[in-house]
Parts: sequence; structure tokens; C-alpha cells
Amino acid sequence: MTTAISVNNLGKRYQIGAAETKFRYNMLRDVLVDTVYAPVRLAKALVGKSDRRTNQNFIWALKDISFDLDEGKVLGIVGRNGAGKSTLLKILSRVTEPTTGTVSVRGRVGSLLEVGTGFHPELTGRENIYMNGAILGMKRGEIDKKFDEMVEFSEVGQFIDTPVKRYSSGMYLRLAFAVAAHLEPEILVVDEVLAVGDAEFQKKCLGKMNDVAQQGRTVLFVSHNMSAILRLTQEAIVLNKGKLIKRAPTPEAVDFYLASGQAESGERVWEVDEVSAMSAPFKPVAIRIRERSGKVVDTVRSTEPVMVEFEYHLDAPVTGLRVGMYLNTMRGEYVFTAFDTDDAKQFEQFGARAAGRYISRCEIPADFFNEGRYYLGVNASSFGVKRYFMDENAISFNVDISGAPGTQWPELRQGPIRPRLNWKIEKVD
Amino acid sequence: MSEIVKHQPTTIYIKPTKGLAALNLRDLWVYRELVFFMVWRDVKVKYKQTLLGMAWAVIQPVMTMLVFTFVFGSVAKVATDGIPYPVFSFAALLPWGLFEVALNQGSRSLVAHNNMVTKIYFPRLILPMSSVFAGLVDFVIAFVILIGLMFYYKIAPAYNLLWTLPFFILLAIVTALGVALWLSAINVRYRDVNQALPFLTRFWLFVTPIAYSSEIISGKWQYLYYLNPMAGVVDGFRWALLGTGIGPGPTLWVSTGISILIMISGLFYFRSMEKTFADTI
Repeated sequence: MTTAISVNNLGKRYQIGAAETKFRYNMLRDVLVDTVYAPVRLAKALVGKSDRRTNQNFIWALKDISFDLDEGKVLGIVGRNGAGKSTLLKILSRVTEPTTGTVSVRGRVGSLLEVGTGFHPELTGRENIYMNGAILGMKRGEIDKKFDEMVEFSEVGQFIDTPVKRYSSGMYLRLAFAVAAHLEPEILVVDEVLAVGDAEFQKKCLGKMNDVAQQGRTVLFVSHNMSAILRLTQEAIVLNKGKLIKRAPTPEAVDFYLASGQAESGERVWEVDEVSAMSAPFKPVAIRIRERSGKVVDTVRSTEPVMVEFEYHLDAPVTGLRVGMYLNTMRGEYVFTAFDTDDAKQFEQFGARAAGRYISRCEIPADFFNEGRYYLGVNASSFGVKRYFMDENAISFNVDISGAPGTQWPELRQGPIRPRLNWKIEKVD
Repeated sequence: MSEIVKHQPTTIYIKPTKGLAALNLRDLWVYRELVFFMVWRDVKVKYKQTLLGMAWAVIQPVMTMLVFTFVFGSVAKVATDGIPYPVFSFAALLPWGLFEVALNQGSRSLVAHNNMVTKIYFPRLILPMSSVFAGLVDFVIAFVILIGLMFYYKIAPAYNLLWTLPFFILLAIVTALGVALWLSAINVRYRDVNQALPFLTRFWLFVTPIAYSSEIISGKWQYLYYLNPMAGVVDGFRWALLGTGIGPGPTLWVSTGISILIMISGLFYFRSMEKTFADTI
């Protein structure tokens, strides 16, 4: 068995504040002042009095990551937002350089992230296929050979000589995907967290990934969706704050992640650097689980109602907003999905929200949960417009079932919910 | 998938590049087709959805030449060594046009393609390079006009045209690419470049002997003047095409030296900044 990817002591350091200054361009003035002070810094460094800023303004997005992956294996990568998953993929696909350590990669790395990169609206479908293929590193002959196949796959057929600016968004995406899908890289990296497009398109991505894996190619799969990770991978690594903390067969790694990666306090607070700039103007602040008395708890009682509150900040007014949650079991099965403006009247009143700080609060009724650990994902989106923010694994909590229906029998009840049903028993004969 | 292309996968080593990184020309060679496609795309897209299309490549230099002829030729009566002013200025506008495209398109090339830079790997050098090469298409069109002008004014080309002109074209490309490398890499981090470009272009135009002859610069100012590499390029064009002005000599070597210095330092600066492009763009 040959090794497809070998990662040794990989580290990536970012300058803190990069996220904040991203949209506020550095001024040349800063660099001029910096240049003037450069000899001072150099002198300080030479006498061993290191400048404070060089030590404190950096954060390690990845630190001391080492692992090998054999050819033909599918590896899942799980971890919270900001754990370093995307940074790892970016280094593997050579978009950014590591700060320390080495990686050797055997073969071409393709990612479904790059769908449509370099597409120009004024060029025709045919021209864009060649352009995009070249950007992805395909040779011209290779594109010629696969051209018909790509056109067929994309289903744009007769429009192939029309500028893509006249395409519907669906056609555009299909064509873009067709090129990426025919790249046939030896190693495929899929970052589902960042995947664009609708559910159907994401399904297509996952389907493609499965095909690739079946052909004996190597796949790296990043997702927050534990059921997808469980279904598609045999082995997984867990990243936490830039460190690799576990590598194990997938079910074991997922259990480990769900059980340990959580803040066990009934409250999850988002730090500034955990939230991607992409989610603007939506900024999650915190999510809390409260019991009936109002106390923030990690363990709730099945026989009592549970209050879930999601606090967030809007930097600008948003229309059509819905903020909601996914409830999942430990094993990644959905229990339900609900949004704060599900009620039509509520949507009329709060669909358009002014900038400011908000709390969306709901009560999950008593006699609902079964025994065990559940996790809550949050989502803020304007339907059909944009998904601002999503964390499929925002917080988890325990459910204590003492007093719940059927607890007189010490047995495990199947199913994620444990409702108190209104049984009537009558003697009919 | 009907068939899997069988080729021996090559192993890529990813590691931090330290200091003045090797230029990695091998990757540039592997991606040579991309340069072609980028140039092709730039040319193709440039005049899309315009009424006059490729005619713009003719209109722009011709209009500039007409304005210069009126202001400097007829009103100010600038000395031109006996060459009709339209030909005199057009011979200089040729390399200047190439340089201007490189300055403006090349410097913005990385930022303009930031979605490519943040999503996929390719040698980043390709972006400023293809911007400069795309300028060559306009250059060829303008060159045809110049030949027409020379016929019209019955000016015989200088005898050394054939073997010296390619050298000066190359020098123009080297100068343009060198400046584009510096500015595009700085622009990734400091968008001040965007602000400075219009001013820089105008300023550079005035310190280059396009509207006037370089012979009016005298004595001690001469070497300072030729620190502008474009001064050497423009002088060289006039000398090669029309046989006038300052030919090869110390001033030209100063300009050529500066061009090569900008190009080489630009390459190293670009390469050393390349690793952070995706993070800072």
C-alpha cells in the first residue's frame, strides 16, 4: 500500500486581527512607520529583547499536525469552526503555504471548492470549459478528450456556444461542476462546510465523492454533519484548536468528538475569531440551554420543558431572516428543524429586522426527549437568498429521564423522542 | 467515468519556503497553457459588448497622437529632429501603450482574480505575466498603424531596424513585467496601489520622452533622467525605427540596467510574497 498523503509536524500561523482588518485595507502609512522602526526592532531582537508584537499578534491555526493516509482511503475530518479543518485542506491543495512542517502529496489534488473558478460571464460555455480546465491544471488534449462527456454531464447541450451570463444559475453551476468532476484527481478534498449551492447540488457533490472513493482514489472529507461522516468514511481525525487530538475508526472518533469537544456548561459563546467574515452582517453571540427555573444547565429533565435561547447581533438590517435550530441525536439523526419565524404572522413582524442585538427563544415542551445526549445546530438564513451562518454542532446537552413515561422498566427505549402519550385502555369484550 | 487516465502520479512536496525562494520555473512551464488561455481570455473579453470592438485598439493611440500633434507639434513646436511630429510621437506611444497596460492591468491582476488566488493552486506569476502579454496584441495593431504612417510620410526605416527592434521590444516587456510584479504583489496587501495608479501613470508619461525629444535633457540631469527605464526604451524605439535621437550609449545602458534590476528584484519580491497572497488578499 502506498502512502498518498504524508503530513509531518505541520503548522500554520496567522496574524491575529487579519480577520478584522480584512475589509479595512492596511495603509501604506502603516508600513512606512513600520519601515522606520524596523532597525529598532532588529536591534531589540539582536540583544534578545524580543518585540512584544512579534510574540502576541499571532495565532496558530494548525500546530504539530502529523498523519499519513494510504492511497484509496477515505478520511473524515471533524472539528469545530476554527479548529483548522479548512486551513489543513488549503495547505494540502497548495492554496496557502504552511509555516512549519512538510507535506508530501502523491498525485493531483482536486477539490470541489474550486467549482467555477475563473469562469468569465462573457465567454461561452465551450470557452469556459477550456479556460476552467486549464486553471484546474488540465492539459488541452485532456480537455479535448473529455469535452463531450462534460457537456453531456452538464446538460447544457445546445447552449454550449452561448455566453454563460445568459445561463440560469442552475445551468451555470452544472457546467462548472462538470469540469471539476472530470478533473479526476488522484486525491479529492471536499469541504462540505464551504460547499455552495442548494441541497440538490450538495447531494451531487457527495455522490461524486462516493464515486471517486469507489474508484480507489483518496478522499479527504470535512463536514459538520456527523451522519454524513459516518456514512461516507471509515476513519476520521478530530481537530481541536489546531491540534490533532484523535485518529480512530469513524464511529469511535465521532463519539469522542461529540462527547469531548463540547463545552459542558449549557452555554456556548462564539469568539470573534470563530465566526467567518462570510456570515456578515449576522454575528452569533451565544446559545444557552435553560431549565424551567431559568438556570443555564447542561442536563435537563425530560419531564420538564426546556428553554433554548440563541443570542445574536445584526450589524445591518436583514430582510427575510429566519433564525433556527436543528436538533440531532448523538448519532447524527435529525429530530427536528425549526425556525423562529415559522409562524406566518411572526414572519410578517420579524422577517425584516433592524440592526441590533436579538435573542430568539423557544420552549421545547416537557415529555419530549428520550434518554441521552442531543446536540443542537443553529442556522441563520434568508430563504433562497443567503445562508449567513450555520453551525451544525453548536451545543449539546444531556437528558435525564427520571419520571418519564416507562421508567419503571429499566430498559433502553428506541427512538429519539419519548412522548407522554394519552393512552386510553378500554375493555371491549 | 468511462476511463481513468493512467499516468504515474508525481509526488509534490509542500513545505514552507524560506527567504528568497527558488523561482520554481518548472511549475511555470507545467502551467504554460494557462498563460496562453489567460491571454486569450483577456483579449477576447476586452472588447466584448462594445460598439466599436477592436477598433478601440486603433482609436486610443491615434487620438493620443492627434492631441500630442496639436499641442506639442503645432502649438508648442517641439523639436523633432526633422521627423514629422505624428510619426515622432507615435513611435514613442507604441512602447508606452504596452507599458501602460502592464502598469494598470498587471498591477491589478492579483486582486482582480482573488477568487482564483484563494481557491486553487497555480503559479501566481501567471497573472501579471498574462496581463502584460495581452498588451502585446494592442501593440501589434498599433505597430501596423505606425507602418502606415511611415509610408504616408515617406520615411524609410532605419537600416538597423530588423535586429535592434526585437531587443527594444523585449526591453519594453521586461520593464513592464518588472513594474507589474512589484506593484501587483504590493497591491495584495496595500490597496494604496489602486489609488496611486492613475497619478503614477500620468507622472510617468511626463518623465518619459514621448511628447518631446530626450535631447532637450542636458548635462548633469541626463543620468538622473535615465534612471527611468522607459526613457531608454522610448529612445531605443525611436532610434531603431526612425534612426534619430540618442542611440546605444551610456544612457541606454543605465536604463537597461535599471530595467533588469526591477525585473529581477520584482521576481524575488513576488516569490517571497506569494506564500501569503491567499491569506492577505
